[in-house]
Amino acid sequence: MKNTLKRYSFFFILMVINLAIILVTPEIGQKSLKITGDNLLEMLSVIPPIFILLGLLDVWVQKETMIKLMGEKSGFIGITIAFLLGSAAAGPLYAAFPVAGVLLRKGSKLSNVFIFIGAWSTTKIPMLLFEASSMGWKFMITRFIVDIPGIFLIALMTEKVITAKDKKLIYENAVDLD
Amino acid sequence: MFTVILYILALGLLLLSFIKDRKKTKMALKKAWKSFENILPQFLSILIIIGITLAVMSPETISKLIGEQSGWLGMIVAAVIGSITLIPGFVAFPLASALLKSGAGFMQIAVFISTLMMVGIVTIPVEMKYFGKKAAIIRNSLAFVFSFVVAIVIGVIL
Repeated sequence: MKNTLKRYSFFFILMVINLAIILVTPEIGQKSLKITGDNLLEMLSVIPPIFILLGLLDVWVQKETMIKLMGEKSGFIGITIAFLLGSAAAGPLYAAFPVAGVLLRKGSKLSNVFIFIGAWSTTKIPMLLFEASSMGWKFMITRFIVDIPGIFLIALMTEKVITAKDKKLIYENAVDLD
Repeated sequence: MFTVILYILALGLLLLSFIKDRKKTKMALKKAWKSFENILPQFLSILIIIGITLAVMSPETISKLIGEQSGWLGMIVAAVIGSITLIPGFVAFPLASALLKSGAGFMQIAVFISTLMMVGIVTIPVEMKYFGKKAAIIRNSLAFVFSFVVAIVIGVIL
């Protein structure tokens, strides 16, 4: 119980700040609360299926299978799967991190997980159609083509900079987050 | 639309899992809840930070800051705003298109959209929880720089 209170303490502080803003400038405070409420509802509507799929993935897909598909020796296939998995995703970037946690726990290669994160953030297929309709096809296609090499570069460079020790910690941490 | 497909997929697989193995399904749901509750405090905090930020900054203010005439300074402002705010895509694209029509520059908008998608300052605590401080900072910094590359290419082509 005490632990729970501690975990949520920052959230409570922010709530108090928001209430203080309402007292000082009701207009901004109420608007802020409304935006927070809208976002919360949106989050709650997108997140349940993602976490259910995560739970199922965790229970049904064996570690050996995942290592074969996305692990150290998965090569081009692993990269392709990581890219497609990220591109097919829905939801904001922060929803990708728990998925990444499961991928790590199941033995995916770190650079593949970064490719997955990159694809989730920029080449989401459902979003692309929407982008084309509001920004025009030329804008969308240009961004898409430039983004693909960017995703791989960022993933490879991030993995290069990280030491073997950091890497070990990331994998150990993924197990603890279970 | 996509969320609907996601729900159908999740519920379909859940049903299949239930038919095949009840115990495993129960475990899967338990894991789902656990991993959700694990990041809930951060999620809630992030939502309030976004709420306050967006309430203080109106679309008019944003538009003034990243207008066509704002040049490099405008691009940097757009990149910083994009890195901090967390606007869902289906709100961001109409907003971007509205900003363009009211005189914002293509490059400023491109850098705004790219940082919006790839860089997450407010979500960095969550990211650090999974990847550690170093990896999270490196990934976000690289994405920040890369957003300018995207903007420059778009500026040249469009």
